[in-house]
Amino acid sequence: MNNQLSARTALRETLPTVFGYVGIGIAFGIIGKSSGLKDIEILSMSLITYAGSAQFIMISLLLNRAPLASVILTVFLINSRMILMSMNTSRFFKRESMVKNILIGTFLTDESFALSMNKINYTNDSLSFEWLNTSNLIAYFTWSAASLAGGFFGNFIRDSQKLGLGFALVAMFIGLLYLQMINDHALSIKIQLTVILFVFCLIYLGLVLIPSSILIICVTILGCAFGVAIEHALA
Amino acid sequence: MPSLRYVFTVILGCALATWLSRVVPFIILKKFRLPNLLLEFLNFVPIVIMSSLWFESLFTQRQGQLPLINLGNFLASIPTIAAAIISKSLLVTVLIGVLSLAILNIFFGIN
Repeated sequence: MNNQLSARTALRETLPTVFGYVGIGIAFGIIGKSSGLKDIEILSMSLITYAGSAQFIMISLLLNRAPLASVILTVFLINSRMILMSMNTSRFFKRESMVKNILIGTFLTDESFALSMNKINYTNDSLSFEWLNTSNLIAYFTWSAASLAGGFFGNFIRDSQKLGLGFALVAMFIGLLYLQMINDHALSIKIQLTVILFVFCLIYLGLVLIPSSILIICVTILGCAFGVAIEHALA
Repeated sequence: MPSLRYVFTVILGCALATWLSRVVPFIILKKFRLPNLLLEFLNFVPIVIMSSLWFESLFTQRQGQLPLINLGNFLASIPTIAAAIISKSLLVTVLIGVLSLAILNIFFGIN
């Protein structure tokens, strides 16, 4: 990564990360096909809903014939972490027009957010519309193309779990977490590790009490509040 | 699988829900400045979200009881962390991760 914020730089910096979503997008298509979705439904889910891991949950809820309101609420809760990511990202675009803000928000994903948070460590805490919009659109079209390809492969492959494809998403979070830790100079490694350990305990205990659909948002709020508290306690 | 019409209603409803959570913060925060305490809070969001999504995948939920360990994801995480530290590359990390779980599945029957 460097301090350039052009579309061309975004292309170069985003391409290595697309292999993360190609794997997951293909897995999504294969699982969709094996669950009985048509190609047009698989593609539309990726193009219109565009909700990453929540799309896997949509499939399982559709299979359970869950009522419309409960599917929407679950997807909203799982994706409500996007509210925090959008809040975090929006501060870099205050001077841009409303249309550009809406465009950035519409296509923001976990991955482009994580990439942005790594990027600001190299750019003196700034982002540009060209850079993030390019990165977002690469993710969007890659995800849709991969979903459709997965739907096609799904006609032939029976056991995607056996090929380890389901782990692609988790491996990507591990890689993004590590890169974020070593590049974030605002927070010391000691504080970061303390917060991560706290998050582990919250997840373990939270799984007993809290439905998994709202666990991530609850843990995120508590984990960040804990981080702020220990930062103040140590200062 | 439900009818095409129902699937599309779900797709559109979920699209609206996710779009609003992505876009509304951009619209509201254009007008206001965030307080410092909230900015400090937001500094922690990336590592907390990434680690919680990872840790959640290491367990299988049984509500009301302690969760079960997902052995496949747990074991596959070890070479994946090593790959992240050694390579500092997202692509290598994802490939090693997928390969690790595939080996655990195919040769040891762990998933």
